[in-house]
Amino acid sequence: MNDVTGMPQNVVVLGGSSDLARAVLRDLSARRLEHVLLAGRTPAALEVVAKELRELGAARVDTMAFDAREAATHNALADEASGRLGSVDLVIVAAGVLGTSELDDLDPAQVADEITTNFTGLAAAMIAFSRVMRRQGFGRIVVLSSAAAVRVRRANFVYGAAKAGLDGFSQGLGDALRGTGVEVIVVRPGWVKTKMTEGRPKMPLATTPSAVAEAIVKALETGEEVVWVPNVLRFVMPIVPHVPRRIWSRLPS
Amino acid sequence: MSGSGVPERSLVSGWGRAAPTVARITKVTSLDKLEQFVLDHSRGGNLLARGLGRSYGDAAQCAGGDLVDCTGCNRIIDVDSSNAVVRAEAGVDLATLLREIVPQGLFVPVTPGTKWVTLGGAVAADVHGKNHHRDGAIGSAIEGLVLVTVDGRREIGPQREPELFWATVGGMGLTGVIGEASLRLIPIETAFMRVDTHRVDDLDACMSLLSEGDTKYRYSVAWLDAAASGVKLGRAVVTQGDHALVSDLSGPTVEALSYEPPRSIGISFEVPGSLVNSMTTAIFNELWFRKAPKARQGELQTFDAFFYPLDRVASWNRIYGPHGFTQYQFVVPFESADAVRSVIERIQDFGVSPSLAVLKRFGESDPAPLSFPMPGWTLALDVPLGKPGLSTLFDELDLLVAQSGGRVYLAKDGRLRPSLLSSMYPRIESWRETRRLADPDGRFASDLSRRLNLAGTHSAAPA
Repeated sequence: MNDVTGMPQNVVVLGGSSDLARAVLRDLSARRLEHVLLAGRTPAALEVVAKELRELGAARVDTMAFDAREAATHNALADEASGRLGSVDLVIVAAGVLGTSELDDLDPAQVADEITTNFTGLAAAMIAFSRVMRRQGFGRIVVLSSAAAVRVRRANFVYGAAKAGLDGFSQGLGDALRGTGVEVIVVRPGWVKTKMTEGRPKMPLATTPSAVAEAIVKALETGEEVVWVPNVLRFVMPIVPHVPRRIWSRLPS
Repeated sequence: MSGSGVPERSLVSGWGRAAPTVARITKVTSLDKLEQFVLDHSRGGNLLARGLGRSYGDAAQCAGGDLVDCTGCNRIIDVDSSNAVVRAEAGVDLATLLREIVPQGLFVPVTPGTKWVTLGGAVAADVHGKNHHRDGAIGSAIEGLVLVTVDGRREIGPQREPELFWATVGGMGLTGVIGEASLRLIPIETAFMRVDTHRVDDLDACMSLLSEGDTKYRYSVAWLDAAASGVKLGRAVVTQGDHALVSDLSGPTVEALSYEPPRSIGISFEVPGSLVNSMTTAIFNELWFRKAPKARQGELQTFDAFFYPLDRVASWNRIYGPHGFTQYQFVVPFESADAVRSVIERIQDFGVSPSLAVLKRFGESDPAPLSFPMPGWTLALDVPLGKPGLSTLFDELDLLVAQSGGRVYLAKDGRLRPSLLSSMYPRIESWRETRRLADPDGRFASDLSRRLNLAGTHSAAPA
């Protein structure tokens, strides 16, 4: 259950080896965490995170296979998670890959794959989990979107486009779920130093996994539905859609 | 089918209006219909009775399950004035009960701070009142109950299936649905209270006055200014009183037992933010504290003024806005009185101002394993929700209370540390055994029981 201060006992992570999710779970371990299911497509990577979390001694941590691209399996997955945990209090949607956006390297199948992994597959999974949560009468979904979702940049336009889609979908789903006891929280971090961004140049207004985790746990408590990390992005980003295309399209990679 | 209403799926929360969950709600209007409902729902899924929803947290919620609204099962079956006992269906509220019994020279033996609770809910939470130090909690005034379990109706009482009876008193609805109750009443001469009020300047003075008052007054409580800090910490208005005798009444036109509850002002609109914050609380407390007399003796007050000042505004809980609020109520043994000061200091250090703070002395406990009151000091604090860090603050308070040998009240709780449950309620294992016998498949469950694993099944799953 989620208590009146928003703290969950049972959590599912889609993209269970994500650095951001790992940081959130570390914070939640100090609260009410009892049982965690890390779902992802690389068992070895999931086990590394599971082992680390088990060492904190707070919760039982299990892993399960999840591939965002296999939409036909999502309902069964959500039902299995519900059965194993008893109640799915919180789902963290943290799966994502950052592929190339260099024109010469782009391949149609790879682009389709990346967008499915980052957007459509996760959207399908969110439908499956929101169904389970509606049946149980409550639940929260935290979606790791990105500041990049606000306006797609040339430098990472495949990733950005997928995040833009995921972001819009999450807000729409959150609106559709009003009155059902199920809530969606959209998190928009700026550039974060993680496994995913390894080797890439750091961007301005960058942040860290623990800052993102802190912001998420705070949002669980305050009920904030859109979270920017760092918070100053909340004031900076509204300007972005108004930057003329002439300038925006020339931004460096 | 069963003659009950058509179930409606809706978002349900406690009085604190936080952490709502969706359940199907069905209203029943008789004991037969209630029994039929329980029978129909004992094959799968969870069910739970709900009264007037005055528990502050999630005690009367059943996410994904079936709530049976018992407020329609509210007949007063018999008032035996010579033996001072009333028998009623458990959905009757105290307000209705009082309207019936007061003109007959009878009063309820225990009343909580609101009269808008059902008799069943009051027993399930083993409510206490301003007279706990003298008269105990409501469980000790119950002659018998009709409990509707998964196996049908059972008549239970202190001499009749005592284990199941005491597991039901304070049992948060988890042994079954209380269908009827026989409650011992107390005789009264008038519908008024004779009240002494004192304003005290700090916590020590407050605790002294309350301690002295235990032998002098039947009813005794202190309203604290929780925003007052430093040397003023614990400054309070202490109200102590007894039922007024006819000889106390002066005016010739006063009908001694005439009881006319005042009309309440409603807050039916949604308040967008919270009207309660540190500033409004500080202002309110200052005005209210100054308005209270330094000392006033022998004042005549109506029941509503003395027992139910908050009931004056219906749905007052709405002033907290969309985040809602929680109430943190704990008790610590008398020898750990300093824990009361520590809790107030810790909350002030954090930077939140409880909008309501009530301090009282408890007397002896009753035999119910999950009953909250124990001899010691009890403090109840209303805290607006929404400020980040509250969850960690309350966790620290839990530890402080547990280490002092005390406990937190489940009827107010919405966020207790489950790991501290057995140290706070050391007899929980025997309660679990009795409950298991009455409900082996764990059909009766609430969000509270699942969150805290009250039943001890280690599973948060609907059975």
